Amino acid sequence: MKAGAAETGTLHAATAGDCWVLIASGSWTIGAAGKLAAALAAAKPGKARRAQIDLSRLAALDTAGAWLIHRAARDLRVGGIEVEVTGANPAQARLLERITEGAGAEAAFDHTPPHPVRAMIERTGKATFDALAEGRDLLAFLGLVTITVLRTIGQPRRLRLKSVIHHMEHTGLDALPIVGLLAFLIGIVLAFQGADQLRQFGAEIFTINLLGVSVLREIGILLTAILVAGRSGSAFTAQIGTMKVNEEVDALRTLGLDPIELLVLPRMIAVIITLPLLVFFADMMALLGGGLMAILALDLSLTQFLRQLEGAITLSTFLTGLAKAPVFAALIAMVGCRQGLKVEGSAESVGRLTTQAVVESIFLVMVADAMFSILYSYLGL
Amino acid sequence: MSDSPAPAPAEDAVIRVRGLVTRFGRQTIHDGLNFSVRRGEVLGVVGGSGTGKSVLLRTIIGLKSPEGGGIEVLGCDRARAGESEWRAVQARWGVLFQNGALFSSMTVAENIAIPFREHTDLPLALIEELTATKIALVGLPPEAGRKIPSELSGGMKKRAGLARALALDPEILFLDEPTAGLDPIGAAAFDSLIRNLQQTLGLTVVMVTHDVDSLQAICDRIAVLIDKRIMVGTMESLLQESHPWIRAYFHGPRGRAAIAGR
Repeated sequence: MKAGAAETGTLHAATAGDCWVLIASGSWTIGAAGKLAAALAAAKPGKARRAQIDLSRLAALDTAGAWLIHRAARDLRVGGIEVEVTGANPAQARLLERITEGAGAEAAFDHTPPHPVRAMIERTGKATFDALAEGRDLLAFLGLVTITVLRTIGQPRRLRLKSVIHHMEHTGLDALPIVGLLAFLIGIVLAFQGADQLRQFGAEIFTINLLGVSVLREIGILLTAILVAGRSGSAFTAQIGTMKVNEEVDALRTLGLDPIELLVLPRMIAVIITLPLLVFFADMMALLGGGLMAILALDLSLTQFLRQLEGAITLSTFLTGLAKAPVFAALIAMVGCRQGLKVEGSAESVGRLTTQAVVESIFLVMVADAMFSILYSYLGL
Repeated sequence: MSDSPAPAPAEDAVIRVRGLVTRFGRQTIHDGLNFSVRRGEVLGVVGGSGTGKSVLLRTIIGLKSPEGGGIEVLGCDRARAGESEWRAVQARWGVLFQNGALFSSMTVAENIAIPFREHTDLPLALIEELTATKIALVGLPPEAGRKIPSELSGGMKKRAGLARALALDPEILFLDEPTAGLDPIGAAAFDSLIRNLQQTLGLTVVMVTHDVDSLQAICDRIAVLIDKRIMVGTMESLLQESHPWIRAYFHGPRGRAAIAGR
């Protein structure tokens, strides 16, 4: 059988009277298929009216070889030549028959290339509509979550406290090292760069003002929100998405349980509680790092640093930063959970939607931050 | 197709397993398995849950390395073979995983074309024709080739997976629970497809299964995994066995119904 046949396939063409004879010998298997296809393409029947394909010298035949023989016979018949396939043993005949049955269906690949300009316009339009639909869906989801929140306020016992605490541990406590380290390093960088630039005006003492205001109002909260979006928002999508793939979410629904109440609310509450705490921690670590750098670079004493800082910031500087945290937290949790619930079918979409959740929540955090800036400037804060 | 007499000559064994031991941590799954698979036969592997049917399959195809003993597939021992020798042997078998294991980001046709692209240097047009041939061979409609796996039903996914496993005309076909999750009609159709392909293409088939109907319909011999050992025999000889599990398996309500149906 085919394992023993080492001799590769060959093709001989000869003309006997008005009959063109193709003799296939050796192993007509996938390994030789490229060579045989070329040989078949090169062989021309000339003026012959009849053709014979002789398989009696075949050592082995697999589906690739059988396909080539079928194709050769088909092409000859299309050219108006009578074809006879002879010498096949019963197994080979069965294989040829099987291949012939399924033939004629060759449109397995889609080759129509899209028109480039049209495709671009199509993509742009689709992206625009998708973005709009995304905004509408997010708003609808916000409504759904709000209704669930209101209902839960009416019946506080429905809140899964254990679940809230579990998620607080994962989104808050477990994030402390990374948030702290990053804030500390950013503080150092900020103080160092600020001192370097401000020294040119002899105003290096204002490094501390720069540090205090920028950290408390913007950098602390943005840095933490982005980290939490990457860490926890993505985790929410992956967790809920995996449950969706496993049909666990459907199981919840059939058991009369509300996935929003059970899956979304605890995560959202957990982040709303932990994000402000993380922001406070990040603020302190950034001031610590920046202060350390300022004291070293500017050769100040701790008292001088603290006095300058006290003059630069007020309670409202700190609170304006912190006030954004619950809003950002709600955005991150909502986007993460919603993308998770959007997962359909395969595990592949979990990965895609997780990426989308992170991108979308960071984008929304930035937009919200800009809106806060406008709001604060109106309020004169 | 090889009509060799009952005691198969040694060179006719395509898979030879000697003293195979597999463990997960401290838990021994197989403790000294000895058996061989003859060229051209359909061997069904059965056993209770947790007896290591799939583990045996994964060990034979080299996805898990054994803790002891030797496996020779097509004359090549994984433990002793070089990388290139092993690659060459790998191209001579096809595996159908339980849920098809199709690459989800590609169309069915692209999935089936992968072995051609990776292991042969055929012209693209010929690859596409051969892909279409495989799609027809496993009984899928031609338009299935342009779909992505998530658009297919479970049975169609298995057929597509089978087409990919058969792409390079392998000599051995490994099937992991080919009929699990299919309705009885779909399962029977899949059984007869495998039998038909096995005869047409001269395949040796090793299939892990739970399905007594499949065993009855298409298996020449049956390997039973039991008490960390293996017992190989024909349906007739296993029906005579006195081991309680085998009796429960073949003489239980489902077993009896399947056997009565022949």
